[in-house]
Amino acid sequence: MADTNRPRPAIVELTLVRFREFIREPEAVFWTFVFPLLLAAGLGIAFRNRPPETVRVGVVGTSPAARQTAEALRASKGLIVESFDADSSAQRALQTGTVALVVARGEAGNAEYSFDPSRPDARSARSLVDETLQRSAGRVDPIAVKEQTVQARGSRYIDFLIPGLLGLNIMGSSVWSIAFSIVTARNKKLLKRLVATPMPRSQYLLSFLTSRLVFLIAEVAVLIGFGHWVFDVPVRGSIGTLALVCLIAALAFSSIGLLVSSRATTVEGASGITNLVMMPMWIFSGVFFSSSNFPAAFQPVIRALPLTATVDALRAAMLQGAGLGALGGELLVLGVWLVVAFSVALKIFRWR
Amino acid sequence: MRERQGSAEVQRTPALSVRALVKRFADVVAVNGLDLEVRQGECFGLLGPNGAGKTTTIEICEGLTIPDEGEVAIGGQRWSHDARALRQRIGIQLQETQLSEKLTVEETVRLFRSFYAKGQDVDRVIGLVQLDEKRKSRVGTLSGGQKQRLALACALIGDPELLFLDEPTTGLDPQSRRQLWELVESLKADGRTIVLTTHYMDEAERLCDRVAIVDHGKVIALGTPRELITSIAAAQVVSFAVTGGETALDAAALEEIGRAVSATHAPRASDGGWELHVAAPHEAVPALLEQLRRRGVELTELRTHSPTLEDVFVTLTGRALRDG
Repeated sequence: MADTNRPRPAIVELTLVRFREFIREPEAVFWTFVFPLLLAAGLGIAFRNRPPETVRVGVVGTSPAARQTAEALRASKGLIVESFDADSSAQRALQTGTVALVVARGEAGNAEYSFDPSRPDARSARSLVDETLQRSAGRVDPIAVKEQTVQARGSRYIDFLIPGLLGLNIMGSSVWSIAFSIVTARNKKLLKRLVATPMPRSQYLLSFLTSRLVFLIAEVAVLIGFGHWVFDVPVRGSIGTLALVCLIAALAFSSIGLLVSSRATTVEGASGITNLVMMPMWIFSGVFFSSSNFPAAFQPVIRALPLTATVDALRAAMLQGAGLGALGGELLVLGVWLVVAFSVALKIFRWR
Repeated sequence: MRERQGSAEVQRTPALSVRALVKRFADVVAVNGLDLEVRQGECFGLLGPNGAGKTTTIEICEGLTIPDEGEVAIGGQRWSHDARALRQRIGIQLQETQLSEKLTVEETVRLFRSFYAKGQDVDRVIGLVQLDEKRKSRVGTLSGGQKQRLALACALIGDPELLFLDEPTTGLDPQSRRQLWELVESLKADGRTIVLTTHYMDEAERLCDRVAIVDHGKVIALGTPRELITSIAAAQVVSFAVTGGETALDAAALEEIGRAVSATHAPRASDGGWELHVAAPHEAVPALLEQLRRRGVELTELRTHSPTLEDVFVTLTGRALRDG
């Protein structure tokens, strides 16, 4: 230390405090750095070498037609076939989901499919079973088709997942760490003690944002590095673009963290609000599956969520190599969240 | 060491002046028309039971609570206009602050130092509160007394001219209390103005130049500890108890006993016995014994002590301080 007697500016000391409090809490370090890696590793392994999907179907009856049907279906690679003697046991298997579809052959050579059309695997079972049966009965397709399967880097599930997890982690660590330390400080009357000093209040709030940035670099580097080395997930855009997206996302979520903790006096209360704010984004923002699965009427709201903007921008930057120009919409959404949440938090913040 | 302004003009401005302060909470009037004037360089005590309004009063003075009515001026400046400047001039120890347990003593003091434009040297203040050996220890590992001294260091680091200490020794063991008292005495010697609240009469007697006794949100007595004690006009307090407890003597008997020993008033119930304020204990005690003998009541306990601020409070309110 050069001159320990000269005081550092308050914002520097406050940021250092944030930093020290974090690294001296081993659990926080685990949840921020280790947990996302475990999640990425687990999901990555689960979906990495996914075999072509198989679906289980039942054939009911002991007639020769039923036996023939079962044999024909067994020849299809996508199907696992189970034979039932009685209709009742077949229906039970259908109801409990053991089989996705049950085939019954009529005396006139007709076939009857029982299935629940709201189940995706039942729908795919229906088309697969039907195609197999029709072909084995002699149907000839009028169009010749040649299939080419693709498993390219950048379009696998893990490639989709890593930017999603990165966004999720930026949100979780920003909101949680801030909410937790602010509410604890309020609960222990530390906030009251601090406002009894000449400390500028905005600098106190700002220190949470500045300290987040230090951790952000580590968090992002760890997760992207992990994805790159273990699963060969590409980073096609420029590092600068990616860094800017992460930075703005972290600032926006930190502001949201300040906002959710602006009134709560207990950690329990704050965690309730935090979950309320984050849960919809876990589901709707397209972290684990594409948000376009939701009805069109929801889309404007889903687009306006900060996590959707973050995840979309990260995917575009990492997988499609999008430049800043292409990310204007997402960055605007994040910018609005940042400014609005911080201003409201500063206004309604309970200092004691 | 800080320099003190010596001009007569400044000396006359009170360090703190409080006029007709009122603060109501939902269902209670915490402060009910309270006036105070604290002189430069004195140690002023607010003494009263829990719930008397001491903490509310001191937090209004500290600019942490806004009063419903009344005015506070610190060295002529007011919270409504000069909050920024005032924050730089005062040092505060709150009744219950838990400083961050993950930080070390030195980091905590350094943090507070960074808030003040002018202040004391961090090492010097840590030395002053005798925490040199704990400099690198986490706050979470400190004892109650050490935490309280750290809180005092945070109050002192901005080199304040006016220091507010809210119940600085509550919950401390006797040794830590004495240590803190010595510290406060050294701050007085420095020439700082100190306002402290306490419900310990011995603390007020030892530390304070002047004391305001507060009850139900009002100042009910004001003066130096000596003046207050003399005001009850008793040379000694005689306490006694008899077999059969408080029911052994009825009101008429007590009144007669009071007259017989020339007490300032009838014996007052206290801790299962009675207390008498007397001017001449060498005459009062034999008279008391004679009275009890004549009534056939057996004495189980007899003590005399010099009156304290506690006795002043009891005389003024009819309640003991610790009864609340």
